[in-house]
Amino acid sequence: MKALSGRRVLLGAAGPVGALIFSAIVSAIILVLTRHNPFEAFGAMGQAFSRPRVLVGTVNQVSSYYLAAVAVAIGFKMNLLNIGVDGQYRLAAMLSAALAGASFMQGIPSVVRILMTIVAAMLIGAAWAGIAVWLKISRGVSEVISTIMLNAIATAVIAYLLSPGRLAVQQGNNLGTRPITDGGMVPTIPIPKSITPLYTLLLLALLVGVLYAFLLSRTVFGFKIKATGLNPAAAVASGISVKRMAVAGMLLSGAVAGLVGMPELLNGPSHQYSINFPSGFAFTGIAIALLGRNHPVGMAFAALLWSALDSSANALQGVGVPNQLVVIMQGTIVLSVVVAYEIVRRYRVVLEQRDVARALAQSRKEPVAA
Amino acid sequence: MLRTRSVTLIAGVAAAALALTACGGGSSSTSNSGSTTSESPTSATSTPSGTVPMSTGGGSSSSDMSGMSGMSGSSMPGGSSGGSGASSGSGQTSAEQFPKLTGDPGTVKLGMAYDGPKGDQSFTDSAARGVANATGQGVQLVAELAATVGEPDQKKVDRLSQLVDQGANTVIAVGFDYATAMGTVAEANPDVHFAIVDDASLTDPSRQGGPLKNVAGLTFAAEQSSFLVGVAAALKSTKGHVGFIGGVNVPLIQSFQAGFDAGAKAANSGIKIDDKYITQPPDFSGFNAPDKGQTIAQGMYNGGADIIYSAAGGSGTGVFKAAKAANAKAIGVDSDQYNLPTLADVKDVILTSAVKNVDVAVYAMIQSVAAGKPLTGTQVYDLKNGGVGYATSGGFVSDIQSKLDDYKAKIISGEIKVPSTLG
Repeated sequence: MKALSGRRVLLGAAGPVGALIFSAIVSAIILVLTRHNPFEAFGAMGQAFSRPRVLVGTVNQVSSYYLAAVAVAIGFKMNLLNIGVDGQYRLAAMLSAALAGASFMQGIPSVVRILMTIVAAMLIGAAWAGIAVWLKISRGVSEVISTIMLNAIATAVIAYLLSPGRLAVQQGNNLGTRPITDGGMVPTIPIPKSITPLYTLLLLALLVGVLYAFLLSRTVFGFKIKATGLNPAAAVASGISVKRMAVAGMLLSGAVAGLVGMPELLNGPSHQYSINFPSGFAFTGIAIALLGRNHPVGMAFAALLWSALDSSANALQGVGVPNQLVVIMQGTIVLSVVVAYEIVRRYRVVLEQRDVARALAQSRKEPVAA
Repeated sequence: MLRTRSVTLIAGVAAAALALTACGGGSSSTSNSGSTTSESPTSATSTPSGTVPMSTGGGSSSSDMSGMSGMSGSSMPGGSSGGSGASSGSGQTSAEQFPKLTGDPGTVKLGMAYDGPKGDQSFTDSAARGVANATGQGVQLVAELAATVGEPDQKKVDRLSQLVDQGANTVIAVGFDYATAMGTVAEANPDVHFAIVDDASLTDPSRQGGPLKNVAGLTFAAEQSSFLVGVAAALKSTKGHVGFIGGVNVPLIQSFQAGFDAGAKAANSGIKIDDKYITQPPDFSGFNAPDKGQTIAQGMYNGGADIIYSAAGGSGTGVFKAAKAANAKAIGVDSDQYNLPTLADVKDVILTSAVKNVDVAVYAMIQSVAAGKPLTGTQVYDLKNGGVGYATSGGFVSDIQSKLDDYKAKIISGEIKVPSTLG
């Protein structure tokens, strides 16, 4: 089952690649219909990556997207739909930014400060997700509903706390937490010819990815997670507490969600959580988890693809094509990938049936020597 | 592995979320469209040279003359304020407002960065109108790029850098959310002239590392115009009960509310004011949600308010609809909305509008580069220089105009200090 045969890899790649090609065709049709030259547009998108700045920007963006995807995927693995990653990461980023920027943090050694910030973010993310799972196991509230509601509540809580006199300071027309001094920031790596430095918290995303892979394939806990997701009844029968697993899975998902804002906060140029803090990473994360089929490596590629498309938006506008084309492409990829996966799945079933049939025919011809 | 059904469900959710994200408004300021302040007599009679901008209305009821003469060079805009100032915006966006470019327009290679797509009938379109006027006179437009919703700062850095890469020597960012990114890019490109609308933090003398020498902060004293429409609302309200609807609860829009509330209370100390915002950040859709604007306005009218000031960009349309249904009045924002063709069917309810001339500010920046004296530092567009004002189109406020102009003179003279923050 685990062996990587050529056919498995090929079938696995067929879905996303097919979806990508399909979305390129759809985009090309839209470009032609709106009287743009598709070759020029795709050429501009490709050419964007000859600039070091765009490449670095693409890689930087991957970390947040990947973390969001992992947070979502942990839930998906147990059939828990954590739609609340959005609220979890924003609330975590805001409160940990306030902590990191607080004046009493100044005297603390840099490493401790950064660790405190990151741990705080994980705890807050987990706590916010915890509300949803508590509602689920104690009252049977669907986590889809409660997490969506909690997103709205998080927005309101943030709006309340992010005002002058509470946790925010106003700079011009922007409103944000007290800026984090250099000691609280994670150093970035300057790249020649690129105005944007390389975000080092990419390593954090990498670490989370490795832990996720290890957890799922090498631990009893990971096995329980998968078992619960695949068949709750069977899981209960084999002595797994589904409630306990739901709590653990959701808290874990929330903790990872708390990390989503960290690359932007601790590596980014603004040094604070402000009303301009990027939003929507979580929904991107859902799409990426889907595209990468919850697989640690698959999601990495999906995050890279998504980020690359995002990065090409500016170049696209440079040749007069509206940047909404990128959103259209991303949307088409998500929708067509579902279709593509289903086609591939059916094809695989057919192939497997054929294999079995062939094996049976073989065994009938040459009966086992008795 | 997930089962197919769950995958389909997830895909549905993801697609819906994407669609929502894509539709969400990206504009981070209130609308501004089709507005103008009347110019000094000399420039009014000067031959219009450039292209006539996308005109947003025909009616012209320009009243007073303004002393907005300081449009050129590096002087503060309208440093000399002669007459009583331009109070009215006439819907006609005439060339008077955009005096012919001096110097060599061909040397200006302009790069524009918007915070939302063009076509919003408001803030972004207003800036674009200033650009259209300049390009008609030989200014080269290198590219116009727009932001996507919720993007991180590094995307903005990339956008501004790309404009410089494409050869722009003048880069104007429309929206305060560009501040951090422009700080980075302006430092890296000292030879390029930058300007940012609605931000003064980069040009603030107390900025960490000092103010940037190659940046102009184009800011508007919107609280002053909001004060005047607040006075108008209080004087015109028969029930002594008015309302304020802000697009998104951010400091920029809070300054509109602060001015409005102060103005209403100045005219009638016992007035009742309802204040509401459509969305909270990071949800910036409140500037583009006419349906939500309409619902909130309905609630306010049902609750007894009879005049509502809508500082909510594109959402104002909904407020006007609610006003029409309730047989009440509303106040427009940024442009003289009475004269917008898209609002023709509801214009009877638009008592007045608090005007904010983003187009004039953008044009002034281009003009200054063409003249070889690029603007730097914080440029304040206020009542004194005609950068903001109130509209008289429709004639609904003609009976109280003397009182309004009285308040206006007091604000200009400094006798009345209008608060720009709440509390």
